[in-house]
Amino acid sequence: MSARYGFAGLVKLLSTSCLMASFVACTETPQTLGSKNDQPAYQGVQSGHEAFVRPGWTAGDKTSWESALRARGQYGANDHARSP
Amino acid sequence: MARMKFICDAERCIECNGCVTACKNEHEVPWGVNRRRVVTLNDGVPGEKSISVACMHCSDAPCMAVCPVNCFYKTDEGVVLHDKDVCIGCGYCSYACPFGAPQFPAQGTFGVRGKMDKCTFCAGGPEANGSDEEFEKYGRNRLAEGKLPICAEMCSTKALLAGDGDMVADIFRTRVVKRDKGAEVWGWGTAYGTSSKKTGASS
Repeated sequence: MSARYGFAGLVKLLSTSCLMASFVACTETPQTLGSKNDQPAYQGVQSGHEAFVRPGWTAGDKTSWESALRARGQYGANDHARSP
Repeated sequence: MARMKFICDAERCIECNGCVTACKNEHEVPWGVNRRRVVTLNDGVPGEKSISVACMHCSDAPCMAVCPVNCFYKTDEGVVLHDKDVCIGCGYCSYACPFGAPQFPAQGTFGVRGKMDKCTFCAGGPEANGSDEEFEKYGRNRLAEGKLPICAEMCSTKALLAGDGDMVADIFRTRVVKRDKGAEVWGWGTAYGTSSKKTGASS
């Protein structure tokens, strides 16, 4: 008798485990509230995606990134500076 | 660096919609969503004025204040961004925004209304800079590429200026001084009235 209960218990345990494992797919992805940890822009792009990066500044160097953007803005938008 | 800002010079904008097209192309924005648009006042009347409008990346952003799931965040450069993984598409931000910046695609996560989409100042989102995941959700991250927003860089008359607030203000100030008019378009006096106007209103 005890062997039969043991087998039934094992079956019950296995089926419960399978059921729990199948529910894992139903869980939602974590939604974190509050401020996000976004990578600062001056850190540059992910490696392998550098094809469109403008040369002339160093990724990770905030000062060089800022001066590159300022120079680009001055040259691109300030036509009074180009032809006073 | 000061905060990143946009400004549109109404004396120069010719309503070509180049900024709108450039934005849609750069970020592959879905049909029905316009992160940027050109608004014309007194259209067809001599002296009409146009201005290009998108998210103005407010210093005290009302969208951030009303979002019930706190999906917005602000970068060190003052760019207001949001996390689409957290957005529930409720639309509160679109009611709060005075510029109509938040957009909702017709097809998306919530059936007839997708997750909110808006101008990112070409700064992407919380995913890794320049990654495929970031592009799919938010478009290109031009700031991380050392570039400025495509709308301003593509503007043929340089009416739309974008970048460091100090630099943008300097360029606009130079223009106003050279043309000897236009200062009245922007500023404290226009928004809140000059002291003489205030006196006139109170009397």
